[in-house]
Amino acid sequence: MNDGQQFDRLPATADERAVAGRATREEVLAWWDERFGVPPETFDDVTFWEKGKGKIWAYAGEAPDEIEIEGLGMTVLRTRQEHWKPTTNAVQRWGRAATKNVVVVDDAAARRFARGDDQELDWDGDWGYLVVAHELADGVEPLGVGLYLYGELRSVVPKGRRRDID
Amino acid sequence: MNPLERYESLVDDAAAFRAACERPLPSVVRVNTLKATVERAREALDSAGIPYDRAEWHGGLFRLPEGNPGTSWPYFHGWLHGQEEVSAFPALVLDPDAGERVWDACAAPGSKTTQLAALMDDSGTLVGNDNNLGRLSALRHNAERLGVTNLAVTNQDARNFSLKPFGFEHFDRAIVDAPCSCEGTCRKNPDVLDKWSLGHVRTLTGVQKGILKRAVQATRPGGTVVYSTCTFAPEENEAVLDHVLSEADCRVVDFETPLSTSPGVTSWEGEAYDPQVERAHRVYPHQNDTGGFFCAKLEVTA
Repeated sequence: MNDGQQFDRLPATADERAVAGRATREEVLAWWDERFGVPPETFDDVTFWEKGKGKIWAYAGEAPDEIEIEGLGMTVLRTRQEHWKPTTNAVQRWGRAATKNVVVVDDAAARRFARGDDQELDWDGDWGYLVVAHELADGVEPLGVGLYLYGELRSVVPKGRRRDID
Repeated sequence: MNPLERYESLVDDAAAFRAACERPLPSVVRVNTLKATVERAREALDSAGIPYDRAEWHGGLFRLPEGNPGTSWPYFHGWLHGQEEVSAFPALVLDPDAGERVWDACAAPGSKTTQLAALMDDSGTLVGNDNNLGRLSALRHNAERLGVTNLAVTNQDARNFSLKPFGFEHFDRAIVDAPCSCEGTCRKNPDVLDKWSLGHVRTLTGVQKGILKRAVQATRPGGTVVYSTCTFAPEENEAVLDHVLSEADCRVVDFETPLSTSPGVTSWEGEAYDPQVERAHRVYPHQNDTGGFFCAKLEVTA
C-alpha cells in the first residue's frame, strides 16, 4: 500500500506496479508529452517518486527504492485525481520545452497572474491546466500553471510564490 | 561589552575594521544558473530598471543599492536568490563537481545549498541536512523555487549523522557552515552584538567540533571538507580545527581566493593551535566591504 511517510520510486510501467493507483514513470512521461508536448527525454536525468497520496517528486540523485527522509528533489505533479495537476515549480523548470497548451500573455496579464488573480482570456485551445508564459529577456519564460475554464484563466500560483510585480 | 573589541588585536587596521562593521550592507543577489544565465538575469534587471553592481570577485553576484528585488520578474522566476555576499564564499571553496555525493551538514535556509546544486549542475547527490525542522521548510521552498532536483533533505543531528537511508558509505565532499555567534553578520543584524556572550561561544564550540568531526568521518579518503562560520572568534574557528585535527584523519590545505583575506591565527588568549590552521582564511568586513567570515578547507587523509 501507499505509505505517506516515505518516498517510493514509481514503477517503470504498469506491469511492475505493486501499489494500486500509483502512477508509473511511463504514464508521467506520457502525460507531459500529451498535455504539453514536453519530450520524454527532458526527464532523462530524474527519477520519479510518490510520497503522500498522489504527490509526485522528481529527483536527480541516488536513493534506494524506498526512503524515509524529509524531501527528495522537487514536487512536480499531483496524480490520483481525474485531471493531473503540474506544480508551478515544475512548469518553471521544464515548461520551456512545452509546445502545446502554452498561453503566452502580455505584461499586464502576466502581472495579474503572478498576483494570483483570475482573469478573462481569449483562448480557443483545450480547457484545463495550461502553461502560462510571458516574454522576458529575449525569450519566452514560463510563469506557472493556469487553469482555463469558461473563458477564464485562473492562476494557481501557490500563495507563497505570488508577487505583486513592481 | 562590544565583542568586536576582542578582535582588534587580530586585524591589520582596527579603525577601518570598526568603521566597516558600522556600515550597513547592501542587498545582494546570486544568479541561479540552473534557471538563467548571468547575461539573461542582467537583461531582466535592466528591463525592470533595477540598478546593480557586479561583485568584483564573483561574476554571478549583484549588489543592489536600492534594496530587495523580491517583487521583480527575475526573482519571481527563480533566476535570482537573495544571499549575503560573503556567504557565497564557502561553496566556491568546496568546488563540487557534477555527479558527486555532497553533504551540507547545516543546510537551512539553503542559500549555500542551492549554490552547491548549481555548481553541481543539478546532478549527483546533494544531501541537505538541518536539525531544525521548521527551517527545513524554508530550505525546501528555496530549493524548489530555484529548480533544484538533486537535493535530498534530511532532519538529523549532524554530530551523529547516519548515511543509512541512502545506502552508500561516504560522501565525496562535505560542508559545515556551522551555527555560530555570528558577529560577522553585524552589518546586517546589529542585534547579534548585544546578544553575544562568552558562555554562548563555549556552548557553540562543542557543537561545531562534533559536526566537523562527523563530516570528516563521513567523507571518503582524499575527499574535501569545508568548515566555515560568520564569526571572528578563534574559539569557534581555529580552535575547532585544532581539535578536529587531533581527533580525525584530516589536514588543512591551502587554497586561493579572489577575496582579500587574512590567514588563520595560531594562538589566542594563551592557547596555541596546530600551525596548519594558518591555511584558513579570515575575511574582515573592511577587506572587501562584505560581512565577516571564516573558511577552511580540509582534506580527508584516511
